[in-house]
Amino acid sequence: MRVEQIAVFLENKSGRLAEITAKLAAENINIRALSVADTADFGILRLIVDNVEKAKTTLKNNGFTVGITNVIAVEVADKTGGLAGVLKTIEEEKLNVEYMYAFVNKTGENAVLIFRFDDMDKAIEALGRTGYTILSGKEICAL
Amino acid sequence: MTLYWEEEMETLPRVGLESIQLKRLQHLVARVYKTVAPYREKMDAAGVKPEDIQSLTDLAKLPFTVKEDLRENYPFGLFTVPMDQVVRVHASSGTTGKPTVVGYTKKDIRTWSGLMARALTCAGATSADMVHNAYGYGLFTGGLGAHYGIERLGATVIPVSGGNTKRQITIMKDFKSSVLLATPSYALNLAETMEALDVDPRDLSLRVGVFGAEPWSENMRDEVERKLNIKAVDIYGLSEVIGPGVAMQCLEGEKGMHIFEDHFLPEIIDPDTGEVLPPGEKGELVFTTLTKEAFPIIRYRTKDISRLLYDDCACGRTLVRMEKVTGRTDDMLIIRGVNVFPSQIEHVLMGTEGVEPHYQIVVNREGNMDTMAVEVEVSEDIFSDEIKKLENLTKRIQMDIKDMLGVTCRVKLVEPKTIQRSEGKAQRVIDNRKL
Repeated sequence: MRVEQIAVFLENKSGRLAEITAKLAAENINIRALSVADTADFGILRLIVDNVEKAKTTLKNNGFTVGITNVIAVEVADKTGGLAGVLKTIEEEKLNVEYMYAFVNKTGENAVLIFRFDDMDKAIEALGRTGYTILSGKEICAL
Repeated sequence: MTLYWEEEMETLPRVGLESIQLKRLQHLVARVYKTVAPYREKMDAAGVKPEDIQSLTDLAKLPFTVKEDLRENYPFGLFTVPMDQVVRVHASSGTTGKPTVVGYTKKDIRTWSGLMARALTCAGATSADMVHNAYGYGLFTGGLGAHYGIERLGATVIPVSGGNTKRQITIMKDFKSSVLLATPSYALNLAETMEALDVDPRDLSLRVGVFGAEPWSENMRDEVERKLNIKAVDIYGLSEVIGPGVAMQCLEGEKGMHIFEDHFLPEIIDPDTGEVLPPGEKGELVFTTLTKEAFPIIRYRTKDISRLLYDDCACGRTLVRMEKVTGRTDDMLIIRGVNVFPSQIEHVLMGTEGVEPHYQIVVNREGNMDTMAVEVEVSEDIFSDEIKKLENLTKRIQMDIKDMLGVTCRVKLVEPKTIQRSEGKAQRVIDNRKL
């Protein structure tokens, strides 16, 4: 099961992030999770939102370069060793993490880990086999 | 006292010079008309025959030659002699990948060596000098052109070529280099490296520097002279005409470079109308070679902006002087001595899958080095959510540009629509250098 993530290209200049979040807010789009990866010249903003299509259209219409990628959302108990356990499975399967970020849900019991792997199918299979809960986009928005 | 290499030719009264020029021009036009079809076709189309050249002003009747003509006849189509008489070729980068090729007979090499020796003599060099030749050796005319001239002069040539700056300084110290040949920006690079290595230029034997192949300002000249404790003089040339040694600044004169008019006939034209402009006016520099065998050229438009100064020079040479080149009529950039056309960069970008034609070239001078950044708008086709992929893309573009031009540049991805769209011709280049 995969979750659609929005990725936006950002030049490293002030106000860009503020502009994006304001545009999304104006369209009533809720951001569930985000991360920013950056280099000296540019950054990539990755977003999990409650309405992917609308978010994409909004940002595109405002002149941003937008891409949609599939990621995997894994739910783990928010306690010591939660992430380590998942990564152990990943390592045993010789999978590579391209990037990851995490957020804690509202009740504070569980953490959600967002992953992009080099081999997504294998990762889904391995994580499912070892008993991890993989969330859908809908489930994330319902958290 | 002024040193001359060929005193008679260098100090000839204008009347005598012009009669030699006319004789050589008539001979050249007749030969080119007979042997090179593209020239003949252009002259026929313009309705001019070799016999129509009765005075130097008749030169204006002949059609111009442009870089495009060289490209259309790539590689050897404009050579006037069979290849078994050609002993060397040189090439410079073309505007869309195809280089411009020029050739030399044995006699051409002798002519060129003599002109370089004459140029070095203008700078006060003699057979007693150790000449440090830091121009690049290879297809570029700079390195080998200067090399042969130094040998012809009878001086000792140190063929160091470019790069490996620390070693160059060691050589300068140990070999007691007295004359430096380099691009002006490389000369400043040498000066800075000396500073970093705690080498005092006053401990070196350097006396004079002969700088060319890229535009440089009077401020830069002052800086080179101060930092290297030398006299810095200008040399001018281009491969289509012969290479370095077309014109040279003398030690005595204040401004401008003496054009070696017994071999090259200069004109200044209005770049828009093609009309020849009166003496002293600023315009595009046009050259006709008078003595070259393998690759003569008639009315070649250099696209360099300059002026011809006919007043007397303190050195006693009667050869006209051209002012330091103050600009270009096209969009050619010179980055660290290398000719760069925006179209070449565009060619690389268009060859990169998914890259859109929205780009901009930003040139700066940081310290004393030219830097070039190519900004490319990120389209959805090339965008990835992984940093690694975007960085691989910029690296690939960087390497392709380096392969094509030999110049390292920075490639920067920018957001779409951030590069200014202009009506008509796009503003491709932002040159922040103050030249």
